Amino acid sequence: MTELTLRRSELDRARVLRLLQDYGVYAGVAVLILVNVVLTPNFVSGENFRTQAVQVAPVMIVALGMALAIGSQGIDLSVGSVMALSTSLLSLYLGYGPWIAVLVAVIGGMVIGLANGSLIAFIGVQPIVATLALMVAGRGLALVLLPQLKDVRDPGMATLGSGSVLGIPYLVLIAVALAIAVAFVVRRTTFGRQLLAIGDSRPAAQLAGLPVRRVLIIVYVVSGALAAVAGVIATARLTASDPTSLGTLMELSAITAVVVGGTPLSGGRVRIGGTVAGAVLIQLLTATLIKHDLPPSWTQIAQAVVIVAAVYAARERGKR
Amino acid sequence: MTAAPDAPGQPPPAQGTPALAVTSLTKSFPGALALDEVDFEARAGEVHALIGENGAGKSTLIKVLTGVYQADAGRVRFLGDEVRFGTPLEAQDAGISTIYQEVNLVPLMSVARNLFLGREPRNRFGLIDFRAMHLAADEALRDLGVRVDVTRPLRTLGVGAQQMVALARAVSVDARVVIMDEPTSSLEPREVATLFGVIRMLRDRGIAVIYVSHRLEELYEICDSVTVLRDGRVVHTGRIADLDRLRLVSLMLGREMGQVREEGLTKFSGDHAAAGEPVLQAEELTLSHMLHAVSVEVRPGEVVGLGGLLGSGRSETAKAIAGALPPESGRVLVAGSEVRTGSTPAAIRAGISLLPEDRKAEGIVPGLSVRENIALAALPGLSRFGLVDESRIDRIVDTFMERLRIKASSPHQKVGELSGGNQQKVLLARWLAMQPKVLLLDEPTRGIDVGAKAEVQKLIDELAEDGLGVLLISSDMEELVEGSDRVVVLKDGAVTAELTGDQVTEDLLMQAIAAPLPADAGDGAGTPPGPRKEAGDD
Repeated sequence: MTELTLRRSELDRARVLRLLQDYGVYAGVAVLILVNVVLTPNFVSGENFRTQAVQVAPVMIVALGMALAIGSQGIDLSVGSVMALSTSLLSLYLGYGPWIAVLVAVIGGMVIGLANGSLIAFIGVQPIVATLALMVAGRGLALVLLPQLKDVRDPGMATLGSGSVLGIPYLVLIAVALAIAVAFVVRRTTFGRQLLAIGDSRPAAQLAGLPVRRVLIIVYVVSGALAAVAGVIATARLTASDPTSLGTLMELSAITAVVVGGTPLSGGRVRIGGTVAGAVLIQLLTATLIKHDLPPSWTQIAQAVVIVAAVYAARERGKR
Repeated sequence: MTAAPDAPGQPPPAQGTPALAVTSLTKSFPGALALDEVDFEARAGEVHALIGENGAGKSTLIKVLTGVYQADAGRVRFLGDEVRFGTPLEAQDAGISTIYQEVNLVPLMSVARNLFLGREPRNRFGLIDFRAMHLAADEALRDLGVRVDVTRPLRTLGVGAQQMVALARAVSVDARVVIMDEPTSSLEPREVATLFGVIRMLRDRGIAVIYVSHRLEELYEICDSVTVLRDGRVVHTGRIADLDRLRLVSLMLGREMGQVREEGLTKFSGDHAAAGEPVLQAEELTLSHMLHAVSVEVRPGEVVGLGGLLGSGRSETAKAIAGALPPESGRVLVAGSEVRTGSTPAAIRAGISLLPEDRKAEGIVPGLSVRENIALAALPGLSRFGLVDESRIDRIVDTFMERLRIKASSPHQKVGELSGGNQQKVLLARWLAMQPKVLLLDEPTRGIDVGAKAEVQKLIDELAEDGLGVLLISSDMEELVEGSDRVVVLKDGAVTAELTGDQVTEDLLMQAIAAPLPADAGDGAGTPPGPRKEAGDD
C-alpha cells in the first residue's frame, strides 16, 4: 500500500512539474499582470502596454532564433554582436535609402550566422565555442565599421521606430509576425521536423539520412537574420546607432526567455509560444520592480530566481 | 617518493599464488542479473583470458574488480586479504591497474607527466622535479622496450605508443594485477608484438594479467588460462591449452557441437527463392583497423547472414555499406549502379536502409512520437514545397502500425516510452516507408522479448519474400542459421568463409568462426569452410 501511494505521489509530482514546465510561463505572466493591475497605478493603459510591448520586441525577436538554436541542441551567443553589426551596417548604408540599408544589415547578420553554422556543421566546433568566437568577432567588426555613436535621422527609420497602425506600433507587429512565422516553420515544415529530430538525437538523425549540416546551417543563418532585424528595430526606436552598447547581454536575455518558456536546453523541443511569453515575463518582471522603485539589482535577483525555477522544472522533466 | 617504477611496496607474490580471487560474486541491475555467483581467480605470473559475447558480464566483472561497481553479494580477495573497493582510485592504490580500450590519459600533457600524473616527484620546494620525472619516465619506458621522447605531448605519439605509456603507468604504480580491456583493438601488428613482449615481461615479474579480447589468435598466443562467461555465469575455466578453438567458440556462444535441429525455435520459414542479379554488391571495403577488403553480395529475396564474433567487423561492414562509415577503398553497388560511399543520404537514396545495432542511441529519436519517427526519413517525400503533408503521413503511419503490429497507446506516444520490440518495429516502419531495396539489419532482435522477437523474425522473412535483399547480423547463432540463406563469415575484419545451402548449419558456422586465420588473409574469401581440422584438435 505504502509503495503504491508513494508511486502515486511521485506521479503527481511529475505531472505537476510537467504542467509547470509547459504552462508555468503563462501562469507567471498572468500573475504578474494581476499583481500590477492591483498594485501599480496607471498600469492598465494603452500607453503603458505599448511601451512594454515596444521594449520587449527586440528580445523577443532574438529569442525566436535562439529557440531554434537551442532546439537543435546548440546555442547562439553571437546574437548581441549581430545586433551591433546590424546597427553599424544600417547607418553606413542609410544613404542608399532605408530599404537597401535594412537589407544590407540583415544580410550581414546572415553572413555571421553562416559562419557560425559552418563552424558547427562542417568543422564540428561546439556551438558555444563557435558562436562565442563570432560574438567577439562580430562586435569588433561592428566597431571597425562604425567606431562611435551616430544619430540616425532618416524619416523612414523614424516611421518604423514610432509609427503604428490602429494603435499598435509597427515594431510590435513585426515581432508578432515573425513569431507566427517561426512557429509555423517549426510546426508545419520538413525543416522544423528535421530540426527537432537532430536536436533530440543527432546520431539517429544522421543514420536516418537527414541533411544534418544543411539544417544546422539554416538554423544559425535564421538566428543571425532575426538578430539583425532586432538590431534594426532597436536602432529605429533609439534613433541612433551605438555599436558599443547595443545588444550587450542580449544573448543572456534571449536564452532566459527561451528557457523560461519551457524549451529544454537539451534540445529536441522548441516552444515558440512559450518563448514569446518568456520574453514578456522577464519584461514585466523588470518593469514591475522598476515601477515600485526597487533597485536594479533586485531585478537581476528576480530574473535569476525565475531562471533557476525554469531550469529545475526542465531538469525533472529530462530525468524521466 | 614513488618515482621508481620498481619500488616494491611489498614483495611480489610467488608465481602461481592467487593474486585476485572472487567467490560467488553477484551483481544485478534493474531487470537484469549481470553476474550470477561468479567464481574467478587470476594467479600471479599468469595471463588470464576473460572472454564472452556481449552481455556475458565481462565488463561488469571488471568494473566490480576495479571499484566502479559494488557487488550485491560475494567476496573479493586481493593478495589473500578480503577487500571491497569503493572507488576506482582505491583499487588502483591497492595495486589493480586497468588499461581500457580507449587510452585514458591526458593527450596534451607530456609523456612523463602522464606517467606520473598525481604522484609527481617533488623537489624541496614542493614543486614538480621535472628532471627527476623525465629520467624516471625514460627509464620506465625503456624498461618496456619503448623509446620515445618523454617530454613530447602524449597525443603526438601513435596509438600503440600511447598504449605503452598507459601500460608503463600501470606498472609503475606498483601494480599486482593489470587488467587489459581489448588492448589490441587499435594496434598495428608490429605494435601488438611489442605489447605481447611487455605482457610476457609483466608475467615473468609475477604480475597477474587479466586479458580481455575477442581475437582468438591472440588468446592462444599470449594467455595461459581462460575463463568463459556467458549470461553472467562462468561456463568454463581452466588452462587455455586444454581447450581447442571450436570448443572455446561453442562455449562462448552457448551452442553445443552436433546439436541436431530439424525444426528450430525461430520464426524463420527457411529458404527463399533468391534470383537474378545481385541487388547489393559491396566490393573490397577497407577501413583501417576494422575492415580488410570485405566483399558481400545480396540478391533480391535473399537473406545473407554476416557471422563472426564480436569485433569481427560485422557492424562496421553494415555501416560502411550504409554510408555511416567512410571506407578508404572499395565500392558499393545497388542494382548494378555505384553508390557514393561515406554518405548516408546517398546510400538511402540508392535504396539501402540500416537498422543500427545501438537502437536507443542511433536508431530512435526518443523524444519524438511514433508518428514522427516513422515519417522521419521519408519526410522530404511526404512534403510539398517544404510543407509537411500531414494527411499523407497519417495514412502511411496507420498502414505500417497495422502491418507491423506496432503497439502504442496512439501514434502520438513518444517512442522512448515503447518496449524494445516496438521501437524496433517503428524503425523497420521508418525504412519500409522509404521502399528500400536492401535492408541491413544489425542485431534486429537483441534485447527484445521473446514474443516480439518471433514477430520481428517473421517480418524479416516476409520482407525477403517480397523481394527485398536482406543482410542479417546476429550474435544469436540459431537466428543467423535459420534466418539466412547464405552466411558470410568475418574474422578480424576479413571474410574468411562463406556457407551456402546445406552448409548453413550451426556446426559448420562455429567451425568457420573458430578456424584459424589463413596464412594469406587477403585470399580468404570464398574458401570453402569444410570441417577444417586443426593441429591441436582431437
